[in-house]
Amino acid sequence: MDPQAGPPPGMPPFSGPARPPMTLPNGQPPWVQQQQFSAPPVNGHHNQQQQQMRPPQSGPYPPPPGVNGPPPFMNGPQKPPPQFQNARPSPVPVDSPNRNSPLMMGTNKDVPGPFSGPPQSQAGFQPRPPITMQQPFPNSQSPFPGQGPPPPGVGSQGPPYLQGGPPRPPLNLGGPMQAPPMGMPPFSGPASPPQAPPGANIQYTSPSGPPSFSNPNQPPTSMPYTSTPSAPPAAPLNQPVAISSANYGSALPTPASYSTPAMHQQTPAPQQQPVAQQAPPMANRYPPQNSAQSPVYPSQQTARSPVFPQPTTKSMDGLTTQMGSMSVTQQGFNRLWGNMETYDLMQMRNILPPTKVEAPRVNLQHSFVDAQNCSPDIFRCTVTKIPETKSILDKSRLPLGILIHPFKDLSQLPVIQCNTIVRCRACRTYINPFVYFIDHRRWKCNICFRVNELPDEFQYDPVSKTYGEPTRRPEVRSATIEFIAPSEYMVRPPQPAVYLFVLEVSRAAVDTGYLKLVCDILLEELDNLPGDSRTQIGFITYDSAIHFYELAEDAQQPHMMVVGDIDDIFLPCPENLLVNLHEDFELVRDLLAELPNKFQGNPEPSSALGAALQASFKLMGSTGGRVTVFQVTLPSLGPGALQPRTSGGSKDASPLLNPAIDFYKRLALECSAQQVAVDLFLLNSQTADLATISGIARFSGGCINHFPDFHAASKLHSEQLTRCFRRYLTRKIGLEAVMRVRCTRGLAIHTFHGNFFVRSTDLLSLPNVSPDSGFGMQLAIEENLSDMQNVCLQAALLYTSSKGERRIRVHTLCLPIASNISEVIASADQQCIVGLLTKMAVDRSQSSSLSDAREAFINVAVDVLSTFRATQNMGGAGSGLLAPHSLRLLPLYIVALLRHPAFRASSNVRIDDRVYAMCQFKSLPLDSLMQSVFPDLYPLHCLTDEGALEIEGKVIPQPPRLHLSAEKLDSRGLFLIDTGDSLIIYVLRNINPALCRVLLGANSFEAIPDVMTELPVLDNQDSERMRAFVNYLKEIKPYPPPLQIIREDSKYRSRFMQYLLEDRSESSLSYYEFLQHLKTQVK
Amino acid sequence: MAFSFAAFSYIIALIADAFLIFFAIFHVIAFDELKTDYKNPIDQCNSLNPLVLPEYLLHIIFNLLFLISGEWFSLIINVPMIAYNINRYRTRPVMSGPGLYDPTSIMNADTLTKCQREGWIKLAFYLLSFFYYLYGMIYSLISA
Repeated sequence: MDPQAGPPPGMPPFSGPARPPMTLPNGQPPWVQQQQFSAPPVNGHHNQQQQQMRPPQSGPYPPPPGVNGPPPFMNGPQKPPPQFQNARPSPVPVDSPNRNSPLMMGTNKDVPGPFSGPPQSQAGFQPRPPITMQQPFPNSQSPFPGQGPPPPGVGSQGPPYLQGGPPRPPLNLGGPMQAPPMGMPPFSGPASPPQAPPGANIQYTSPSGPPSFSNPNQPPTSMPYTSTPSAPPAAPLNQPVAISSANYGSALPTPASYSTPAMHQQTPAPQQQPVAQQAPPMANRYPPQNSAQSPVYPSQQTARSPVFPQPTTKSMDGLTTQMGSMSVTQQGFNRLWGNMETYDLMQMRNILPPTKVEAPRVNLQHSFVDAQNCSPDIFRCTVTKIPETKSILDKSRLPLGILIHPFKDLSQLPVIQCNTIVRCRACRTYINPFVYFIDHRRWKCNICFRVNELPDEFQYDPVSKTYGEPTRRPEVRSATIEFIAPSEYMVRPPQPAVYLFVLEVSRAAVDTGYLKLVCDILLEELDNLPGDSRTQIGFITYDSAIHFYELAEDAQQPHMMVVGDIDDIFLPCPENLLVNLHEDFELVRDLLAELPNKFQGNPEPSSALGAALQASFKLMGSTGGRVTVFQVTLPSLGPGALQPRTSGGSKDASPLLNPAIDFYKRLALECSAQQVAVDLFLLNSQTADLATISGIARFSGGCINHFPDFHAASKLHSEQLTRCFRRYLTRKIGLEAVMRVRCTRGLAIHTFHGNFFVRSTDLLSLPNVSPDSGFGMQLAIEENLSDMQNVCLQAALLYTSSKGERRIRVHTLCLPIASNISEVIASADQQCIVGLLTKMAVDRSQSSSLSDAREAFINVAVDVLSTFRATQNMGGAGSGLLAPHSLRLLPLYIVALLRHPAFRASSNVRIDDRVYAMCQFKSLPLDSLMQSVFPDLYPLHCLTDEGALEIEGKVIPQPPRLHLSAEKLDSRGLFLIDTGDSLIIYVLRNINPALCRVLLGANSFEAIPDVMTELPVLDNQDSERMRAFVNYLKEIKPYPPPLQIIREDSKYRSRFMQYLLEDRSESSLSYYEFLQHLKTQVK
Repeated sequence: MAFSFAAFSYIIALIADAFLIFFAIFHVIAFDELKTDYKNPIDQCNSLNPLVLPEYLLHIIFNLLFLISGEWFSLIINVPMIAYNINRYRTRPVMSGPGLYDPTSIMNADTLTKCQREGWIKLAFYLLSFFYYLYGMIYSLISA
């Protein structure tokens, strides 16, 4: 270890025993014990939500038994390490022109002369469009499974001499030969013996080559060269993945290689192509490939060469006829960037895919192809390729931003405990899969590019129990990881989980009957509240006065104290208002049982919410924790009292969307400073000015739940509240959290969206963080990114778990750079764009007006389609309304958004409903948000096992998703709409009585009860299928939404009909009309 | 050489303008600190907000003096600034205390750059007008 570069400051210095020589002999380094790679204490929640690895007795880090699917880094051992180590040479200059993993660079030394040189002539290649490599092989009869993701390791472990080169070639060539064999010997280990001659690491000839990566569909063939070249076309065509490596802007390898003799054999091929105008890029791509091989396999080289030109020309013909009007470059892009088909929206009646809209894949170039990127459910960017410059971004007219769901419940999450968490010393970035290892001892930060030392501890791989290979560490294997933080990460001892329930008991509140419901649920779930032995709980009720409950240990029963002086609130007694849940369990139970009766018939009409919140703050200020407020009426007394506001007849409601006073916001900031979060349950039937009182939750990192017109007598209402509250009580909680988002130099976070307080330019203060809250951030490109190959974004959430453990959850997302508009557009993520747009639109409607926000939505659609049209170089107008594959659903989503309660123009949306919808847009994670924007409509009358999922032995049919239009409703069927927070089954009039009997247990349409909230359990296959499907929909949500079954002639039918968003309504255009409008606007 | 009311108003303007320059410098520094993470936005807003009204007040006071003494040109160059200030204060975020800056929205990059630019422009304006008032003072002192 370099003596100068000791351990990073603040980290405990390495102790002797950690030195490898001392420990290796017995294979059990002494520090292993501390390095618990398992999750420490497991509570019920953790258990469910993260598969933790506990070290069994035998060894510290064996793969966990019984873990379904090993955590990402557990794959480590599968890759043969030894070669890897061999392949890793001594340090490579840090500032090598292409910032590929030095690991790759290192292997260059194995490569014969021409290729071992540093990459050169970037410029020469950069401008060339990366035209369709796949075209050379259009006559594909090969079974190459084009639809599947490329074998891992394609490109990334490409031949060393291709390092830094156009990543494309390995793929295309690799295609025919089944990429993996192309891969670096170290990775494909078994396939390529280390002692093979340098060139021989290209094991394409060996049918046995890709044992670990190869495609099962690829039959081993003894004559790979003849059989395989035809393979790849299918692959790249539909495979966005293929593109990943096609960062043609990157450094290309060794033009020197072009001068090799083999090269000359190749040149004919490229040169035919200029005629077809597709050549240049190909010319660039093939030669290095072939020349790379040539020294090794000259004979095969010649055998190969004819393969290229022929198909190329063929494909040319086909394509030119196909896409006559498209520019050739464009065509190349379309193909290259995967599924870049264009859609004529006017013609496509069924543009909605029948299955879930998947997030586009992020395609990193070769050096990181096998690196696990962060799951799109957690971390998503509006484009999967970041524009190189601000002007490209501006021209593409797409919003740039990220959506994060940092505390999502995960089925598996690697948890690491170690002495030193390896971080960059300059920017404090956590080590992640996208850093560059310069050698075994140093790594280069991918955010700030500083070179850092690795601690010795990092050399040890806990999974394979081997030493000396930092890249096998879980931190470098998994883009989502959790660390158990040592004491440097605490400013105070971790706080206990503290819960305070603040319940309104004014007359209106008691009348709704919520109190009993809430107390009952609480009673049931007291045992399941996340926490440890220190967990504290307290209660406050309020009407025009504040009632405190003293739960003294020695008392026989809870003692209620009333403070009437609400203008200057004080705590009536210093202790016993918050008590230890376990020590005073009986008292708490008594209180909960007693509370509902105590206030029965309470005549007090007013509500002093402000004072109650101040009291809560006083109570919780010293520890921090969670305040849960149930509010039913408009706060009318004491501090924070509000007057009902009306829009005064004006159509523009924007003043009502903004708070009337800043009391709640200021209090929220004070709470935030003391790590107190306030969650609001609003059960109002009259206006409660949510716009104002939501401030208390919005800025303290809380959440807001709204149950309009709640009454416990309504089964639907009570069910909804019960389920929501139950989930709320039992879900995981992170206390005293902060989240920092770091991004590669050149990018900066512009605006934050969500419930939190922004404490500095990249730091969010989150007194509580819940698994159901999402965050959005708009990004700005501040510097030119063209000298980079990819950018990284890292979100690190530091929180205290309910077990009193300080933990850091780190998510890293790595995105490649795009250098032109077409690429950016093709890489767009329409759902993420919609997610970000809604957040921006909420801001817009608050700062400007609702109509501005609506207009902005339409402008987005117009701009995007116009830009696309411009990039297509379409000659002549009138050829329909074209949209790229990546954005084909955007107009549909925008139509839906314009009719969403948050942005609907009509004035009959109650202001609280509107504000609530807006708050939800700001804080929902993307999947729930999309479901509320564009619900899923399924036909239930024709469930089949075709394409069904099988989960835990149960077969769950997957009916196709339908457009939200009445024309899709078959009057003989029944349909299910899933809006995320409710499930509605709509039974149409002409339903077959037999179907009715089989599915709903009613003899005819008329016999179906008016109110049905459950599916009858009938013993037949169709009913079972339907229930399996409905239950599946319930299970994949945070909490099961209530189900309603509505007949076509029911008075509640509008509950279903309002979701037919593509049809015309009195105040909005239908989807088709909207398209027509767009068409007139798109220039 | 006479001490006229115009000269008096210029002297007052000079002194007030010196204060305004300090305010503007403080403003620029404060926002720079925010941008570079040195300060908590709540603290920063708490220190900036009390200065907003005094600044406006100082500015308006010497302009009233200009109005009374009939220094029309000096007044005219200041009128846009007064109008801007009034409008800015009218459209401030909802807040109970005096001031303009809301800690929850101040960290938005747009707001931050806007405030910072505002600070620089004001600084430049006050500096230039400082020399103008100096000139005006001397001119009115010697001309009368």
